[in-house]
Amino acid sequence: MSSKTNTGMSLIVKTVTRIVVSVILVFGIYIVAHGHVALGGGFAGGIIIALSFVLLILAFGRNVAVNKISVTLAANLETIGALMFLGIALLGFLKGAFFTNILSKGVPFKLFSAGTISLSNYAISLKVGIGLFSIYLAFVILERYKQGK
Amino acid sequence: MILYLLCLILFCIGLYGILRKRNLVKIIIGFSIMSYALNLFLVLLGYKFHGRAPIGASDQNFANMVDPLPQALVHTSIVIGLGMTALLIAIAIRIYEKYGTFDITKINKLKG
Amino acid sequence: MELYILLSFMIFAAIVAMEVKDLFSSIIAVGAVGFCLCLAFLILKAPDLAVTQLVVELLCLIILVRATIKRDFPLVIQGRWVFNTISSLVFALVFISFAYSALKDLPDFGNPTMSIVKKYLEEGIAKTGATNLVSAVILDFRAYDTLGEVAILFGAIVGIMTVLRKTKNENRQDKIDE
Repeated sequence: MSSKTNTGMSLIVKTVTRIVVSVILVFGIYIVAHGHVALGGGFAGGIIIALSFVLLILAFGRNVAVNKISVTLAANLETIGALMFLGIALLGFLKGAFFTNILSKGVPFKLFSAGTISLSNYAISLKVGIGLFSIYLAFVILERYKQGK
Repeated sequence: MILYLLCLILFCIGLYGILRKRNLVKIIIGFSIMSYALNLFLVLLGYKFHGRAPIGASDQNFANMVDPLPQALVHTSIVIGLGMTALLIAIAIRIYEKYGTFDITKINKLKG
Repeated sequence: MELYILLSFMIFAAIVAMEVKDLFSSIIAVGAVGFCLCLAFLILKAPDLAVTQLVVELLCLIILVRATIKRDFPLVIQGRWVFNTISSLVFALVFISFAYSALKDLPDFGNPTMSIVKKYLEEGIAKTGATNLVSAVILDFRAYDTLGEVAILFGAIVGIMTVLRKTKNENRQDKIDE
């Protein structure tokens, strides 16, 4: 069991993290999804998603988080996010120029209005969130290796 | 007017930190303070007395809003500041492992 | 008003962050400057920016603490210290005096000219269908800037991976030392 190893923090932090980390992840996805109606958008929501994975690394040691999202999976997801944003921009060529808003603009205040703004929010949140998590993972992996000498 | 001058004093404190400190981490903190001062200055330019936040509500009164254009530019700038700080910290960690110190007067050997 | 008190506190915290000898205390002081900036964004009616600034400040503090947790060194003062400090302060005073004469031409605080933004405010919701005007400006009216920012973040991530990797020479040297 992971609570028997000595990595990570004390028992109180581990128990609270088990309860709280899924709430933080769902809150981040909520802020991304409502980016065109209320506050937030892709950048703030993506960083909240990255913070939930950083909380996993801090509380349990690095092996548990690497089992959830390995390094190659993180690199692939990040490039998929960037390519999705570029693809949405190139789709604007179907109707005139680069970056035009081609989907229908529905009724305001609903969740499926505003054309391509909503899809761009998802693409940006994928890129920013997974990218910042992989930055922190790079800091952690190198640190352990050098202190083992 | 005094608010703009206070903002520029914050910028000058960051600039003093970059010019005069010998510890590498203090120089990076100076960069961070400079970028906070610039973001605050841009948002101060667009404030309107008794205005509303630029998010529409059900009463649809768009005539009295605060300027949303500087807020969009500063939104981009905040995330870029985070990327810049992370890259500088990575370079500083690497320098510490090669030379054993954060002191900039001792980092003067041009080898690999 | 409250903005004067907040800005004075930010200047005081920034001076503390620069002058304290302990590295951990100066990181905490920079965190205080960032959180006061988040409060200032709330007073200036920009809630979108306040959420982003809060979350970015948290991640920046975590990365800064990671870098300095076991690496400290004592301070030694040498060289022409008095001359260097006085010349930096004189440069800062000259800069502020030039900036004061440039700032007199700006419109007063609280009455912006808003000549470009009138079109965005009147036609924003009809043309894009989004209620959050800041998101509409970022992702529809000025989407090129967002494309540039995604490219900058990608370059920063690639740069960090390149700086922090383990090359072949280091692996061999560590094995020989053990």
